[in-house]
This record gives sequence, structure tokens and C-alpha cells, in this order.
Amino acid sequence: MRIVFKTNYMQDIRPWKDGYQLSLYLILLAVVFAAPFFMDAFYLGEMTNVLIWAIAGLGLMILTGHTGQASLGHAAFLAMGCYANIILLDAGVPFMIAFPLAGILTGIIGMVIAIPALRLHGIYLAIATMAMSILVDDIIVLTEPWTGGVGGKYAPPVNIFGFMVDRWGTPREFYYLVLVVSVIVTLGYINLLRAPLGRSFIALRDSEVSAQAMGIDVARTKAISFAISCGITGLAGALMGLFAGAFNNETFSVVISIQLLMMIVIGGLGSIHGAFFGAIIVGFLPQFLSIAKEWVGAIAGGSSVAIPGLEFGIFGMILIIFILFEPMGIYGRWFKIRTWFELFPFYRKDMFKRQKSYLKTERLR
Amino acid sequence: MSLLEIENVTLKFGGLTAVDNLSFSVEQGEVFAIVGPNGAGKSTVFNLISRFYTPINGSIHFDGHDLLKEKASDVASHGVARTFQNIELFEQATVLENLLVGRHRHRQSNFLTELFFTPSVKKQEIQSRHYVEEIIDFLDLQAYREKRIAGLPYGVRKVVEVARALATDPKLLLLDEPASGLSVEETTDMRWWIDDIRRQMGITVLMVEHDMGLVSGVSDRVLAMADGARLALGTPAEVQSDPAVIEAYLGHAA
Repeated sequence: MRIVFKTNYMQDIRPWKDGYQLSLYLILLAVVFAAPFFMDAFYLGEMTNVLIWAIAGLGLMILTGHTGQASLGHAAFLAMGCYANIILLDAGVPFMIAFPLAGILTGIIGMVIAIPALRLHGIYLAIATMAMSILVDDIIVLTEPWTGGVGGKYAPPVNIFGFMVDRWGTPREFYYLVLVVSVIVTLGYINLLRAPLGRSFIALRDSEVSAQAMGIDVARTKAISFAISCGITGLAGALMGLFAGAFNNETFSVVISIQLLMMIVIGGLGSIHGAFFGAIIVGFLPQFLSIAKEWVGAIAGGSSVAIPGLEFGIFGMILIIFILFEPMGIYGRWFKIRTWFELFPFYRKDMFKRQKSYLKTERLR
Repeated sequence: MSLLEIENVTLKFGGLTAVDNLSFSVEQGEVFAIVGPNGAGKSTVFNLISRFYTPINGSIHFDGHDLLKEKASDVASHGVARTFQNIELFEQATVLENLLVGRHRHRQSNFLTELFFTPSVKKQEIQSRHYVEEIIDFLDLQAYREKRIAGLPYGVRKVVEVARALATDPKLLLLDEPASGLSVEETTDMRWWIDDIRRQMGITVLMVEHDMGLVSGVSDRVLAMADGARLALGTPAEVQSDPAVIEAYLGHAA
């Protein structure tokens, strides 16, 4: 049983509980930074993919996990970030300016879109944002001179301080680019959560009416949440475009939106860990399935049989299992196991029993 | 001038007149109670002061400010804090985090300074924590500081709600049925706390309460309401012996 004795308010304000926890995270950071030295190009590419999904997941997590606003339209913001980045790059803007600008632009657009959507709650907001996701597909086709329409666009290799960063040519550099972005986004996220703004997001999620009584401007805070969420998602979109190399209007379909939402639900709503856990599932599941299929095929014969919809079927099954048995996601399960060991032998079975669920945004008064 | 002045306020929900031409004022430093049968419009008055509802006519002034010109979220910034009849805490957060949200109206930092968690934000966080710790000491919540609301017993949640309202450092505290659902012992505690809130912290208290023992124990003046209108106003003893109040609660003599 491990007990942290607190003698100073800073122990609650700083992001880590004690030196033990800090050292674990530093080891994790060292391992991911050293990854290119012991991983081959294929797995490094997969890691990059997982990290990009994790950044997108962090974006949606702010909005859905912490502010309690469901969105089924985040693929639209991935698309906006992606196209904004590429269009700026094509216009000759250096990557170090184009990339953050793509995020900021997406954040502003997200906030503008959010203003009429602020009056919507729960399922209605989800439907409205989903409609937006479908609309963006058409808008990309209609604005062909900039976006390339159905023909799509190709991502050029980018130049960062003299390093050529390209998904295929220099996967190692690309991995570091994505890793650094994900670390920066995560640190910013942690800072917001321990500051008044992050707490006001959580307040909105749990009770809008009392948040208002505490002096939190509901509309304004929701708009800020949308802006931050869309901005981060835009950054992920820009990286996704570079990672894919080529993309068109169908790359960021509404299916991606749904997958993104499912990802953070499986990972664990309302936690930064959840976005990463969810991304690992989403990123590695297709590879895991194809390996598993070969393995089954080698035993049962007929290894080359294609099963349409297998990936989504399995994904949906995982989601249902989580909603039924572990609504707090992988993070929740991990947290319980950790607490069990920390409190051994005093863990109580209903220690984490929940009385109400997230997303009770339908309630205003 | 009174701290809170409500003049000729009327609110209708469709055909129902929830508050009917109601006027009263709350003086600085007093404990003012509103009593009345269910559906009398007591909580509606609170929701009017909190600006969740807008009256069709009348005026509400607090500390020289016209509250009807303010947004609901700005009422707190003038120093009005409240609790809710059916506890509205942030369920998935700890007691400490709930109280820290109460400090929101004193926020000096902005998005950018918080994003980088600058030394000024750190200083503000320590100050907020310091203030919140005083409230925790005052209401004896030390044992629950790190607990999530979702797992707390009802009586403790009631106290946490009062604590969160106090954390905003208010001038006027609106307590919506602070003793409902509490045991006799907890109600007695609540009575002493209300007394201390007024005496030690100098906060004016306006409360809605059904427990007449609590009302006559702590309040200086009582307003009795029925059907959205004022029945009687005076000291607890005066109001309790008022024939109109007795009639509203017990009906006509046969």
C-alpha cells in the first residue's frame, strides 16, 4: 500500500503525485523517444499512426470527455486542418508557420460553427455535428480549385530547420515530428486541466446550471472548448494528411468521426490516458486482425479469405462490451487494477460505483 | 439601502402565475427566510435572483446593481452564491475540485497563461487552494477533501454545496432548503453553521426552508408566501401566528 503524504499545496497542483509516478512517465518518454533505434520502419509507421490518432483523440476528449458535448463531426475538423496545412504549404508558407496556423484556423472555424450549435444538447448536438461532417465532404468537392476535389491532393515533403520530413523517405524524422507535437499537446492539455478553465469545462459537463451559478459563462466556455478541441483536431488532421501522402474528399468521411468518438469511449472518457489507450486499439486493431487472420488461416486453411466488415464488426463488439462492462473505458479498468494493488488488501468492490453517467447535457434546470 | 431589493416582480409560466407582484427586501447582515406550502413560488424567487428566469415585470436590485440587466453567469460576480434544492454538484469531481470551481469568479488568468501554467497562474492556484482550505476547515470537510461527490452520502453533499457557495466569497448566500433530507443532528449542525456564516463571515443569508425549527432558530425575518404572493412578513413568531399563514397551511376552520 502506497500512501503519498502531502505537506505542500504544490503537490496537488503539479501534474505528478510523487517522484515514483514522475519517474514512470519519464521512462515512458525515454522509451518512445528511443523507439526508432529498435523498431523497424513498419512498426515505426504504426506508432506514428497511433500517435496521430491520439492527438485527434485528445482534441475530441476536451469536448466530449471533459466538457460533455458529444460530437460526431470531428472528421470535418481533421479535414479542415489537413487542407489548410497543405494549401498553405503549396502557397510557399514554411511548415513551422503553416502547421500551427492550420490548427488555429481550424479552431476559429470550429468556434464559429459552435456558436449556433451551443443551444443544442446531447443527441441533438451529435446529429448537428454529424451533418456538418457530411457537409464538409461536399464542400471539399465544390471548392475544387483549392482542394483538388475528388481528384484529391498530394502532401509534399516538408522542411523543418533543414531536415526533410517525409512519411516514406524519412519515417524516423516524421515519427519525431508527430511525437513532439503529441507531447506538446498533452502538456498543454494537462496545464489547462489543472487551471480554472479546465475545471470550468468539467463543471459544465456535470451541471450546467450550477456552473452558471458559480459565475461560469456557459456559452462562452463551450465556445472556447469547441475552439481548443477543433484546433487540436486540426493539428492532427494536418499530420494525418502528411502521413497519408494523398487524400481527397472521402478520406475524412463521417466514418472517421464515428471511429474517433468510439475510440475515446473505449479508451475512457474524461482522461488523457483514455485518448492514448483508445488510439492504440484503433491503430493496431487492423494489423492485429490481419495477423490473427493469417494465423487462423494457417491452422484452418484458406488464409487469403477476405471478410468484409470484419474490422468494424470487431470494433463495434469491443465498444458494446466496454459500454456494458466498463463504461470508464480502458483507463477506468487500468485505474481500478492500480488502485487494487495500491490499497491491497483494502479495496472495496463498489469503490468506483457510478450513480450518474457523463453527458447529462440535456439537463439545464 | 437594502442589500437585495425585489419590487413588484411577476413571473408567469403560460397561464400559471408563479410569482405574483412580489416585493421584499433583504438587509445587510440578516438571515431572511422564505416559507410557504409546496408550489408557493419560493424556489422560483431564487431562480429569478439567479437570473435563470426573467420576470415579466418588476425589478431586482442587488448591492446597487440592476440584476435584470445581467447575464446569469454575472450574478455570481456581484457576490451572490446559491445552493440548489436537488443538489447540483459536479458529480465526477472531488470535493476539492468542486470548491475550486467556486473560486472561478476570482479568476485573473486567461487561456494563454493557463496553457503555459505561468508563475502567476501557479500563485493564483495556491491562493485559491488556501481560501478553499479555510472553508473546508470551517465546515469540517477535511475527511472528504479528495473524495468524489458520486460516492458521498446525502448529508455530506448538502454541506459541500454550502461550502462551494461560500468558496465564491459571496455577499449574499441563497440557501434552497439547506435542511431538507437531513437528520435531526445534521439539521442542528446546519443551524450553527448558518449562524456562523452570518456572524463570523458577515454574509447575508436568504433561505427557503420548511423546517420551522430551523427557521425560527436562525432567521431574523420571515416571508410567508402562497400562490406566488406575499402572505405575511415579520419575525418568525409573528409570521407563525398570522391567521393568513395558518389558513394557507391548514385550510379554513370548518
